[in-house]
Amino acid sequence: MSDTAAAQPSEIRTRQRVKKDAMMSIEQVSKEFDGTYAVDSVSLEIYSGEIFALLGASGSGKSTLLRMLAGFEQPTSGRIRLDGEDLTGMPPYKRPINMMFQSYALFPHMTVEQNLAFGLRQDRLPRHEIKSRVARMLDMVQMSKYARRKPHQLSGGQRQRVALARSLAKQPKMLLLDEPMGALDKKLRTRMQLEVVDILESVGVTCVMVTHDQEEAMTMADRIAIMDEGRIEQIGSPIDVYESPKNRMVAEFIGSVNIIPAHIEADEEDHMVLSAADLPVPIYIGHGVSSGIDDRDMLFAIRPEKTILCTEKPDGEYNWAQGTVSDIAYLGGHSVYHVRLDSGLVVQTVLANTERRTPRPTWEDVVWVSWDSDSGVVLRN
Amino acid sequence: MRRIDLSRIPGARWGIISSPYLWMLLFFLLPFAIVARISVAEAQFSIPPYSALFNWAADRLTIEISFANFQWLMEDDTYFRAYWQSIRIAFYSTLMCIAIGYPVAYTIAKAPPSVQPTLLLLILLPSWTSFLIRVYAWMGLLSNRGLINQALVGLGITDGPIQMLNTNFAVYVGVVYAYLPFMILPLYANLVKHDNTLLEAASDLGARKIITFLRITLPLSKNGLIAGSMLVFIPVVGEYVIPELLGGRQTLMIGKVLWQEFFNNRDWPMAGALALVMILILLVPILIFMRVQQKELEGRR
Repeated sequence: MSDTAAAQPSEIRTRQRVKKDAMMSIEQVSKEFDGTYAVDSVSLEIYSGEIFALLGASGSGKSTLLRMLAGFEQPTSGRIRLDGEDLTGMPPYKRPINMMFQSYALFPHMTVEQNLAFGLRQDRLPRHEIKSRVARMLDMVQMSKYARRKPHQLSGGQRQRVALARSLAKQPKMLLLDEPMGALDKKLRTRMQLEVVDILESVGVTCVMVTHDQEEAMTMADRIAIMDEGRIEQIGSPIDVYESPKNRMVAEFIGSVNIIPAHIEADEEDHMVLSAADLPVPIYIGHGVSSGIDDRDMLFAIRPEKTILCTEKPDGEYNWAQGTVSDIAYLGGHSVYHVRLDSGLVVQTVLANTERRTPRPTWEDVVWVSWDSDSGVVLRN
Repeated sequence: MRRIDLSRIPGARWGIISSPYLWMLLFFLLPFAIVARISVAEAQFSIPPYSALFNWAADRLTIEISFANFQWLMEDDTYFRAYWQSIRIAFYSTLMCIAIGYPVAYTIAKAPPSVQPTLLLLILLPSWTSFLIRVYAWMGLLSNRGLINQALVGLGITDGPIQMLNTNFAVYVGVVYAYLPFMILPLYANLVKHDNTLLEAASDLGARKIITFLRITLPLSKNGLIAGSMLVFIPVVGEYVIPELLGGRQTLMIGKVLWQEFFNNRDWPMAGALALVMILILLVPILIFMRVQQKELEGRR
């Protein structure tokens, strides 16, 4: 945790089923494509029973990592172990891991039933066993009525259920989800996210998912790994990565954030004071950054929803800024205000629309933005 | 720029829709009707060498129809054997084209996209030379003094030349060689569209490569296989040039028999009857082909 300037151990409320034993360990795994590293010595552990999300922009290496877990790609170096067994070099068809593909990859020439039975037939299970398991899986995803349909006769959401059922039919030790909601429209997406989590929990399967959608990762996952340029920037619970980002990349990738360059004036055990050229008053933070940092030029990061927009000048000698409203985005439940400070820096702040049609600050109004001493974090530059 | 609104031109809509039908009517249906009519006429030593198609005399239209040709066709087993051999040769050639063409099409479809056009070009390149010249080239290769036999004798593998030209073997070589692109191209067009993630999904679900091929790739390429098979089978049944030039006396294909009836015997009605029966025989696979195509169009949606 050397990067952490503001180490605030958050209360991780992992689900009960998550045991803290590493089911899969990924050790120093790298993947090189034509001289560039898509995945760059990644090490992490997946606990049994958890839903683990690899979150990153496209090209961050998250899909390549997932494909190495499935066995479609072989790591250039490093090891992947599952329950102590070395999977590295094992072909996909021998791994006790199944994957739900982004495109679902349902076999178009087979019915729903046949799709589900495909994996079971490879295990040479007796016919009645296959039949009863397929029926059970179909029942679980509420697709029994559609057993005889071909994939092209199903809607997007139905296809996803079939794909999920197919990937769970073999009772894999680990389930991989590649952009599970990528092919659905937004309304259906939110519904299916919770539904899929419910199914995964009822089955109790360990799950690694890849997504570029932070909302999806935060809704579904117990822990999230943020990836950038083949490296893991931070691993933690959704609260961890949102409230205590390790660095600027993580802070900016998850949600929106105001980043203000600041200089450490005082760093005590119970508080610290920073000065910022963009702000008229210093920043006061209610905790110290212990680790002896030589570099005193830092970044102060604060989320818009943790700032308060007011029309009068706040009291106090710390933690506020003055500016004019340059942009307003009215989003219904809340409005996002862009406030241009005198220095030219634009900060975002959120105003909850708790009342209907009350007078609110408008364009070019002079406003103040203030925050509490524990609302922001200090990041290394 | 002013756009021309076709719907304002009177008859434009009708003209556009009807022109392919008109074409079919003029160059397919009408000649076919004439052939059909001639097939039920009688052969004569005259110009044209068949009995009048209709008679107009004393305000009476007489059309004489004779089924003698068809009857003869049933009775003489030469024709039956010719049909049968044509179908057999076409069938086995189609199988051979599949056996050779499938791996070729599969390899091209799996090749890196940048080299695929080059590989396809190599398949098509021979057809830039005249078909006839390529068949003559095979004569040069297969004849007793040809390249292959000279090499075999020269290397001491055989004592004397092996009779290859003017045998059914030569016909198969020529037919498979000439029609292979017609198998490869539709198969390639089908295989190249296959979604690679389906193969990954099969592998992920525990299927080895051979199972994945048999249960995913092969069934999904069914339509390509059928299209290719029709494109080979149908023209090979009526093939004339290859059996004429490469085949021997044992080779009795319907195209050759038809030619003999038409030119040697100058029996146009018999030739017409032969052609008509051949079309009826081929109608079955053609209908299957069309149904499959229709299904594929519907499947794509």
